[in-house]
Amino acid sequence: MSSGPTAGGSPVELRVRSAVAAHRGDRGALLPILHDIQAEFGYVDKAVVPIIADELNLSRADVYGVISFYHDFREQPAAGTVVRVCRAEACQANGAAALFEHAEQVSGVTVEQVFCFGNCALGPAVEINGRLVGRVDANRLDALLAEANPQDRAVR
Amino acid sequence: MTVTVYVPRDSAARSVGADEVAARLAAVAGERARVVRTGSRGMLWLEPLVEVETGRGRLAYGPVQPGDVDGLVAAGLLDGAATGHSLGLTEELPWLAGQRRVTFRRVGVVDPLSAADYERHGGIAGLRAALAMSPPEVVEAVTESGLRGRGGAGFPAGIKWKTVLGADSPLKFICCNADEGDSGTFADRMLMEGDPFTLVEGMTIAAHAVGATEGYVYIRSEYPGAVTTMRQAIEIAYAHNWLGENVLGSGLRFDLYVRVGAGAYICGEETSMLDSLEGKRGMVRAKPPIPALSGLFGKPTVVNNVLTLAAVPMVMADGAAAYQAYGVGRSRGTQVFQLAGNIARGGIVELPFGVTLGELVNDYGGGTRSGRPVRAVQVGGPLGAYVPVGQFDLRTDYEEFAAAGAMVGHGGIVVFDDTVDMAAMARFAMEFCAIESCGKCTPCRVGAVRGKETIDKIIAGVDREANLELLEDLCELMTDGSLCAMGGLTPMPVRSAVRHFGEDFQRSPVNLPMPTVGPNGSRS
Repeated sequence: MSSGPTAGGSPVELRVRSAVAAHRGDRGALLPILHDIQAEFGYVDKAVVPIIADELNLSRADVYGVISFYHDFREQPAAGTVVRVCRAEACQANGAAALFEHAEQVSGVTVEQVFCFGNCALGPAVEINGRLVGRVDANRLDALLAEANPQDRAVR
Repeated sequence: MTVTVYVPRDSAARSVGADEVAARLAAVAGERARVVRTGSRGMLWLEPLVEVETGRGRLAYGPVQPGDVDGLVAAGLLDGAATGHSLGLTEELPWLAGQRRVTFRRVGVVDPLSAADYERHGGIAGLRAALAMSPPEVVEAVTESGLRGRGGAGFPAGIKWKTVLGADSPLKFICCNADEGDSGTFADRMLMEGDPFTLVEGMTIAAHAVGATEGYVYIRSEYPGAVTTMRQAIEIAYAHNWLGENVLGSGLRFDLYVRVGAGAYICGEETSMLDSLEGKRGMVRAKPPIPALSGLFGKPTVVNNVLTLAAVPMVMADGAAAYQAYGVGRSRGTQVFQLAGNIARGGIVELPFGVTLGELVNDYGGGTRSGRPVRAVQVGGPLGAYVPVGQFDLRTDYEEFAAAGAMVGHGGIVVFDDTVDMAAMARFAMEFCAIESCGKCTPCRVGAVRGKETIDKIIAGVDREANLELLEDLCELMTDGSLCAMGGLTPMPVRSAVRHFGEDFQRSPVNLPMPTVGPNGSRS
């Protein structure tokens, strides 16, 4: 991702309008459109709200309300490696709470909590840059992060 | 001679190295082997599980690490030689042989995206049988089978379908709830990844039964493997005339689409899922009107869980009586139990209703993975009760569990050992509800926040007895006053923790480090 969308920036606007056009025939197309925009830009910038609202004949409040409701849609780009740690019960039974705290100590990564990847017999489960890994402990997480981005270093 | 070797492509198996194992096998064996990627057999502690086709059947090896592959091939894996990883014939493994695989009969066996495999293993027979019957006859068969909603609520599927069939509308929908957000449940995911055509077939039968022309599978974004597999399966199904303008030449028109959620647990609630499908915030709707009459875009809509719809092809192919013959009381058929958490042998156990909790956790599951004693199991997801070991003789039956203040729900069983702090788990139940509440009704939106604060005070030793009483009051209010099961059932794990593990609320006071969770749940 090079640069985010800016208001009036016509190349960005064209990309947003073409994401909308791809779902023109879909019923209730807003979520698929937002998924496409996030896939393309890495996040959903506030600047796209009026464009989508205009295209779908919705109010800007409606569009922003949907973006802010769902955990998946980022309003800023993620920094560095994205680590999503499952904090749900089955992973907690295998030490996910401590693993989550450990992940938060690592610099240069974006740590997020997730409630369930459906890998509940092989927890704790962690997703690193979109790749799901089971049976993760603190040491394994450090190794995986070093592999994902050699610049990342554990602080302690 | 080319030997067929099977390696799962299931997300759980891939999370412990199945892709690397498959790639290494293909590289080492070369022309001598054909590597087929299947779903998982559900013996997840043995993943990655490699199977080799032999004259006697498939031989299992596991768990196989990528680094083991060269040695295994050198030791004669492709000839079915005995090695340190040998487990024997897959079908004869006691864990699998003792089960009654009905819904999961093809999962782990077939190539999920091979239409030929699907038909060879009995697929499409149910759809053909259904298309030969009138819609009311199909609805009648589903009713007679005793099939109840597998999503957790256990509502009879036939009755729901009958309501939609009777509704007068030119446009009706079939919506499959594949937003499997409950911790400890993964059967929907494994079915969609391992045998997606079964779900396509079940939804097409439902469309014929109620007169629907359009269907949606709403899959959570945390399941990218299921999304991809379902989309590919739907494309293949169109090419085989299992979907489209004229299904199998019957005149039935049915179009099927996959939609992806966006990380909101509440969208597993059916009305919230419908709002999400309409492109809105996933807010819960008040009922009535019921979705069967006014569902997606206000049209009559069948909303069923993945496993409910996936059970339908078998009901149609083998007859309602065959399905009805399984089970106990009013809980008919099989349930796909999921053994999860701190468990030695986790995975899928499909058995007729009536098997006891103890048999599942101890006999199949082998107790905890940590080797410590089991202290509690949570049955039916984050909104299900914590059950103590003393109740392990409970039979898995919707009514028997309800009478014990618990729920079978989706059949997910999460095991905790004796290091678990049940006051912390009760607090987590409230915290989770506070994060994931849609915010529409006050008992859930405000109650969960107050519930978490009250449990914090109890843990910190502030007015313990008074606060326990207050917590009980709050639980009663949330149960009675919430709009949906999120707020209505969050008290179930909380109350069960207090009731069965009261000593954990009386420990020496501690001030918990309170994690601060941002408005979007992230703590980056």
